[in-house]
Amino acid sequence: MSIDWSWIGDHTDDLTTLTLSHLQAALSAVFFGLLISLPLAVVAHRIRPLRGLLLGLSNVLFTIPSIAIFVLLLPVSGLTRTTTVIGLTIYTLVVLLRNTVEGLDSVPAKTKEAAKAMGTRPFRTLLTVELPLALPVIMAGVRIATVMSISLVSVATYIGDGGLGQLFTDGFQRNYPTPVIVGVALTLLLALVADALLVALQYVLTPWTHRKQRAA
Amino acid sequence: MYELFKNLGDWLVSGEQWSGSDGIGHRLAEHLQYSLLATLVAAAIALPLGLLIGHTGRGAFLAINLASFGRALPTVGLVVLVFLASGLSMWPVYVALVALAVPAIVTNTYAGMTAVDPDVKDAARGQGMRWHQVLFQVELPLALPLIMTGLRLALIQVVATATIAAYVSFGGLGRYVFDGLAQRDLVQVLGGAVLVAVVAVALDLALSALQRALFRHRPA
Repeated sequence: MSIDWSWIGDHTDDLTTLTLSHLQAALSAVFFGLLISLPLAVVAHRIRPLRGLLLGLSNVLFTIPSIAIFVLLLPVSGLTRTTTVIGLTIYTLVVLLRNTVEGLDSVPAKTKEAAKAMGTRPFRTLLTVELPLALPVIMAGVRIATVMSISLVSVATYIGDGGLGQLFTDGFQRNYPTPVIVGVALTLLLALVADALLVALQYVLTPWTHRKQRAA
Repeated sequence: MYELFKNLGDWLVSGEQWSGSDGIGHRLAEHLQYSLLATLVAAAIALPLGLLIGHTGRGAFLAINLASFGRALPTVGLVVLVFLASGLSMWPVYVALVALAVPAIVTNTYAGMTAVDPDVKDAARGQGMRWHQVLFQVELPLALPLIMTGLRLALIQVVATATIAAYVSFGGLGRYVFDGLAQRDLVQVLGGAVLVAVVAVALDLALSALQRALFRHRPA
């Protein structure tokens, strides 16, 4: 099995298009995943009985094979990008929901009491105290969800989407390894770069975790 | 929607669906065979590695990054790649499933080992225990709950992903998903998906029951 380098040179435009489409699908899924998990996590954090139910439900969704989720969505949204994004979003929920709940749990009770004592309203406490303090744990979830989504996009190749995953079916059908190797390499590269950027984003968003102590 | 679920019910309970070489019984056995064998092989590779990294503290960088790499590796691509290299054999299925399971087990084993209180390890060494005694009689039992979590996580993922065996013309419950996809037969796809999810949840519950039974004697 050897790489046909000239194929790569001939297909740089296609590869760019596929990579961007791949990235767009994965990032949309994480975005919508966050949009859904944040309110659900607040509910699960505040109302204990719902916590087990919501986390259990997201765990069960995670056990459904991804290819099956895509196919089952076909009657709803057809062979479209929407199907890909909905399917991927469902998978991000298990990580994002659990990490956001754990992040909110990790905020010390005394900090919340202090906010209350200063007359901060509950919703404002959530936005300005709890969520920022939960951010490191939430971001850990976002990193896992992003890398996982980038890897999973290729499964959508079975429903005619799938970004770089199209290179896998192409190589499979033509018995030609080059596109497959390139697809795997680009997926790994994309995941690596996205993860590094998220680490940088977290560094910027949580300055208090690494700010130098000023001398008194 | 109602009709779909009614048809699904009929599909799941009909006698002919359960018998024969394309029956649920046979496909279920194949699916379990792929999943359990792959998880066992992965555990045989990952457990010693995780214990070694955790015990010596060397290679922690590897343990942490392996998890990220494992998550990033596209399973479909790996299956096709091994298929093109090896031809029609079980290799693509097992390589992909083992590659999926190893990182989850290594990372959790390592995490369990690092969570062991250093004072406890010091005390064990201070009592004159050899390194293997510290590892197997102190660290391993204390790390076991997290190690089990890793094994359960790996097994769930492997069971869900073993569906892909059908893509390279093998059996398992994925047959229903891929055949249903080819025939635009949603009931069959849904049936396959439900069966896979049930198997994954059932195995997870069984392992967690086993875990509880094993640790019943231990004070919390």
